[in-house]
Amino acid sequence: MTDRQAIFQHRLSNGLTLVAQSMPWLESVAFSCAIPSGCSREAADQRGLANLCCEMVFRGSSEFDNRQLVEKLESLGCDYFSSTSVYHSYFGGAMPAKGLFEALRVYAGVLRHPLLPADQLEDGRLACLQEIHSLEDDLPARTLLELRRRFYGEPFGRNTEGVLEHVSRLSLQDIKNFYQATYQPTDAVIAVAGKVDWEPLKEHIESLFGDWPATPTPKLLSQPAEHGVCHISFASHQTHIGVAWPSVPYNHPDYYLARGAVGVLSDGMSSRLFREVRDRRGLCYTVSANMYSLRDTASIICYCGTTTENAQQSLDVLIEQFNLLAEGISDEELNRLKVQIRSGLIMQQESCRSRVGSLAGDVLYLGYVRTLDEVNERINNLTTKAINEWLRQHPPGPFDVVTLGEQPLELHDGISTTPTR
Amino acid sequence: MEFRQHQLANGLTILAECNPEAYFGAYGIFVRAGSRDETSEVSGVSHFLEHMVFKGTPKRSAEQVNLDLDLLGSSSNARTGEESTIYHAAVLPEFQTDVVELLTDLMRPALRLEDFETEKKVIIEEIMMYQDQPPYGGQEQLMLEYFGDHPLGQSVLGSVESVGNLTPERMRAYFQQRYSPGNMALIAAGKIDFPRLVSDAERFCGDWVPYPVSRKVTRAVPHSGFSTLHKPSSSLQYVLQLTPGPATEDEDRFAMRILGTILGDDSGSRIFWKMLDSGLAESAAVISNEYLGSGLVMSYFCCEPSKAQENLHLLTEIHQDAVAGVTARELELAKQKIVSHILLASERTEARMFSVGGQWLNDQAFKSPAEIADQYSRITLDEVNAVARKYPLTGGRTISIGPRTDLQLA
Repeated sequence: MTDRQAIFQHRLSNGLTLVAQSMPWLESVAFSCAIPSGCSREAADQRGLANLCCEMVFRGSSEFDNRQLVEKLESLGCDYFSSTSVYHSYFGGAMPAKGLFEALRVYAGVLRHPLLPADQLEDGRLACLQEIHSLEDDLPARTLLELRRRFYGEPFGRNTEGVLEHVSRLSLQDIKNFYQATYQPTDAVIAVAGKVDWEPLKEHIESLFGDWPATPTPKLLSQPAEHGVCHISFASHQTHIGVAWPSVPYNHPDYYLARGAVGVLSDGMSSRLFREVRDRRGLCYTVSANMYSLRDTASIICYCGTTTENAQQSLDVLIEQFNLLAEGISDEELNRLKVQIRSGLIMQQESCRSRVGSLAGDVLYLGYVRTLDEVNERINNLTTKAINEWLRQHPPGPFDVVTLGEQPLELHDGISTTPTR
Repeated sequence: MEFRQHQLANGLTILAECNPEAYFGAYGIFVRAGSRDETSEVSGVSHFLEHMVFKGTPKRSAEQVNLDLDLLGSSSNARTGEESTIYHAAVLPEFQTDVVELLTDLMRPALRLEDFETEKKVIIEEIMMYQDQPPYGGQEQLMLEYFGDHPLGQSVLGSVESVGNLTPERMRAYFQQRYSPGNMALIAAGKIDFPRLVSDAERFCGDWVPYPVSRKVTRAVPHSGFSTLHKPSSSLQYVLQLTPGPATEDEDRFAMRILGTILGDDSGSRIFWKMLDSGLAESAAVISNEYLGSGLVMSYFCCEPSKAQENLHLLTEIHQDAVAGVTARELELAKQKIVSHILLASERTEARMFSVGGQWLNDQAFKSPAEIADQYSRITLDEVNAVARKYPLTGGRTISIGPRTDLQLA
């Protein structure tokens, strides 16, 4: 099924990995530079520094000031983005292919020689503070961020926006120090997908980044997490329910067994959660469960938004379904899931943007790119027997629960969600 | 890439953009039925009907519909707006006939009472979900205040009360007014076997009985003014403004979109430099929306409440300055951006299906992405400046939502 998939990978001597997929039938190209400057690298009293640094890095280079930079990218037709995650900050865009090398040259300047303009620090800080405020109004996101914070603990359960008080007092020197420590090629990845020729690209990246000096990245240790149940009291129409339990990360040999199980729970309109919570009982509009994988640890995270009067029943049905999953899945469920996953994989192939995200993610989490053939083979090889055996040994649970809404809920075993604020 | 079209004897239109290189096919059934076609007593019926379509047909139960959609590995969904309801699914080429059979079967729904009452609860959950999301129903309130009793002022979702009062009979009556084959189109894009698409459509939809359908399109008389929706628990202040813009059939809609990009794109625009880059606003935009007979321009920002008055002044200033015209450089960059977006979208099969279907909904002759890009490229500075004068962005209807109740226009 992958006759058109050409994937290349090259590691520069300083540790930066270049990965590319040539899609010559497209006229466009997408790229993403992942720099190991995520929020897990922040000191505990500087929460939000990675995001502010990312914001400031994109405010000009030795060649372009802020305004010239944006104009330059727009003149190349580049629809650009920058963002921060737990491990990395990402800088990239999608554009007509002919401007790619020039765009990469501009980005090399930004990433290696950012202006970090002092006169724009307050503007950048304000923008980051607005993001923190905005999060307060996003009730599903607040629920799930609190769930992740508790489940993963420090520093991997952090949200990238950080803490208002910390961002308010960060200095330009803090940003410069963070930049010096984290913007470097070890564990960095540049991914490119679309209309691009590999050899000239490799040469171009070598010339732009080959002499970027590497500094060792520290190994981060995870602090103990907080498990159990908690309720955030808030006057809202709906109660937002988040449930998490441990799973296996993307690089684990059993990953696809867990993926198969969660797929039966949540992929598609015939999935168990959609059928039991929404379709048969009309308890909610949104319900889903997904694998959420970090490098060495992972969880399955379920979200359901439901009015206060339906919230308790919704949580009861969710837990019931999670427990029923441990009793196994059927051949029909697995067969439907296989068709869905295979279709999704093939459909994803047409978009350079979605491909570039997968390329970068695979290199960061696995060290190499799983080809479509490999993923397809792993999915095809899944059997009901193997998934059910895995579920028997790893039944869903123990459950961590966060609810946000008018009233705390009770887990069916009698433990109530204690109000925390 | 080849554009093909056909019409069945009963009036059903079939349009496809066939791309033999594509990995899959995207299919949609487009119906000219939306909230502007509703009376206030049945407000929300178009959207509720969209949900009920997935709850089964005379030959399929609700559960069977879900099973069949997943068995085809489809990525499927539906959406309802002011003027249209769209059902769509993307599948691998080998499932073309199956997905067309399924989608067309869904268009003759059973509307069973038991399913109706369960799904009503889901719709009410959806209404409540939006009540918790910024701008907390403020956009619906603004549309109502701007359009007054014009049909475009009606909420797509309806209210808990109007949805609560709906019955299968009322829905069936509405269905009988809008889902005539002449008021619908089967749209496809990607790897499509067109002759088979036509013969399948004939087989599955040839017996649909046509009946006359009408839609009264009148130009709205917009209302101006300022209102406040107090939301003490909100962390940010949200401000939305509506002013008149070109309608679907107005040629100057292209120039207006360019003006919107220059003023209010999320990067590099006047709003970006004054309000976003400076960190004064969390987000801000100027977007033009065309409807048949009436168009509007929505200006929007949200920010930390203490910055809201300053941002409102800035927005007004940007809008006032627009009347004086834009620069050649601004025009050049905006065109570059729009053309690049058209190129990126043209490589996505589902986006192509929506583009073809959107043109049919608006009664427009088919244009390829290259032709549309060319249309934007030919817009002159004079044309953009003419729309800036013709559609002033000040003096419309404004709503402020959040903890503050004291915001004022300059």
